[in-house]
Amino acid sequence: MAAGARPELFSQRRRPPWELLIDRGFQKLAVVLASVVGLVLIGILFTVLGGAREAITRFGLGFLTTSNWDPIGEHYGAFTAIYGTVVSSLLALAIAVPLGVGTAIFLTENFIPLPVRQVLGLMVELLAAIPSVVLGLWGIFVMEPFLRPGLMGLHQLLGWLPFFSTTPLGPGMAPAVLILVVMILPIITAISRDSLQQVPLALRQAAYGVGTTRWGAIVHVILPAAISGITGGVMLALGRAMGETMAVTMLIGNSNNFSLSLLAPANTISSMLANQFGEADGLQVSALMYAALVLMLLTLVVNLLAQVIVRRLSLKY
Amino acid sequence: MTSFSRGSLTLQPSLARNRWNLLLTLTAGLFTALAVLPLIVVIAYVLLKGGSLITLQLLTALPPPPGLDGGGIGNAILGTLIVTLVAALIAVPVGVGAGVYLAEFASAGWFARFVRFGTNVLAGVPSIICGVFVYGLIVSTRLFFNQSYSALAGGIALAVLMLPTVIKTTDEALKLVPQELRWGAMGVGASRFITITRVTLPAAFSSIATGVVLAVARAAGETAPLIFTALFSPFWPEGLFNPIASMSVLIYNFAIMPYEAQIALAWASSFVLVVMILLANLLARWLGRFSST
Repeated sequence: MAAGARPELFSQRRRPPWELLIDRGFQKLAVVLASVVGLVLIGILFTVLGGAREAITRFGLGFLTTSNWDPIGEHYGAFTAIYGTVVSSLLALAIAVPLGVGTAIFLTENFIPLPVRQVLGLMVELLAAIPSVVLGLWGIFVMEPFLRPGLMGLHQLLGWLPFFSTTPLGPGMAPAVLILVVMILPIITAISRDSLQQVPLALRQAAYGVGTTRWGAIVHVILPAAISGITGGVMLALGRAMGETMAVTMLIGNSNNFSLSLLAPANTISSMLANQFGEADGLQVSALMYAALVLMLLTLVVNLLAQVIVRRLSLKY
Repeated sequence: MTSFSRGSLTLQPSLARNRWNLLLTLTAGLFTALAVLPLIVVIAYVLLKGGSLITLQLLTALPPPPGLDGGGIGNAILGTLIVTLVAALIAVPVGVGAGVYLAEFASAGWFARFVRFGTNVLAGVPSIICGVFVYGLIVSTRLFFNQSYSALAGGIALAVLMLPTVIKTTDEALKLVPQELRWGAMGVGASRFITITRVTLPAAFSSIATGVVLAVARAAGETAPLIFTALFSPFWPEGLFNPIASMSVLIYNFAIMPYEAQIALAWASSFVLVVMILLANLLARWLGRFSST
């Protein structure tokens, strides 16, 4: 120590009690705020379960397999809506996955100059920001009238198939599926793009080094390396598609009559909720809550699967 | 030693693999065009069709009764702002607090794992379920002053929707703050509270702000949680405990009406909503720039 050091400068200072109190209080507050998430989840589960109890005891599992929805006779079955939810989201996925992954590849490989790719990527991401109700409005007044001649042609050409057996009259399953494609495309593209960008450059260089073509490298090296992220994104998109409400409600026609035809009006659980919840009372509310419970479980399973798949498939390089 | 013909070193477009290459490249380009096309068409329609209708009167007047012309969406614009503000006032403190807990107090441990898991689950809950939840909890039980549908209920429903995004961004932003900053603050004798509020949170501010702005923008466009919580109102907002109009619900309600005037108002609302959300997204991008430097 230098001669001029003053020991009293280094004397111990006790933390004043208020400082300790603030620290403790702050930590407690953070714990309380963090537990809000748990409370909300439990609240959602109990509210929906509690609301659905009457319908569950009355209809049991038959609710899932019957499809008459009769508020006057007080008999409810949600098969049409459950079928509509599953089919519309799976069909949307079947169209959106190739489109989204293809776009992601095009935007990560150097086919076109970087600035153009960045602008295109930004545009796809902005598409994700457009509210679904705006897409629904556009779907009703622009997309559906534009598509109708095409769907009509499909009906005339393939009307012997049960999937195209009805005349397209406007809203129906097909327009709803297409608007869902528009909605989930940005999710799939953005997540696939991120996973593709994270593939180490060395893998790509090694593939080119052994003489493969560009697409050989993409198909056999880069896509397998990024598959966990892409699959996770696809599952997230599936969950989003199942829960998506507004655009689908505006385009699907909200009919509880079951039809195999994709051109006929149909229903999904979320559009049924959006349509009827406001005016329902008594047993109908309970039946709708039951349907909401089914939707919740469906999306929960899909989202959990997404997390498991990401963990399972992630390659260690 | 095997020798190669000269031709084997130059690209031969007629080879099967090169043809495949070209074909797949064209397909990917086509897919990209197909993916970007809807954005251009939707934005063009909303901006042209909606934008051409915008007048000062439209932005400030009340919607007309069904069948009449004129009117505007003033109450819906104000309503969207109020409901989104209520949602942000609830979700931002709670979300940032929960994020602080996850990143600063307990990054491991069963409770933190549970909260992270719960956040992921909540992020996957469909927005309409948030509406059903708030309807069951607040609207049907008449929790607030015996009022059923209310702006506050709508705000709470949107807050539930925003919460996971805010928690995740805060958690991740705080984890990116260099540990040395915390040590430095602790080293000069700052308490934990001071360290977090004066050092770590400001260091992560721009990333958190980016996430919050994106979450608010998303909530502003949400309709499903509002249709049976905030409902709709053809009048000016009457406090937090009464039904309130919002642009998103206006679009939904008016789009299915058979009147030209209402449909025009729906397009005008779409214009205002989309412009607001795109501006918020650009703001978020601008804020995000500060976090990388």
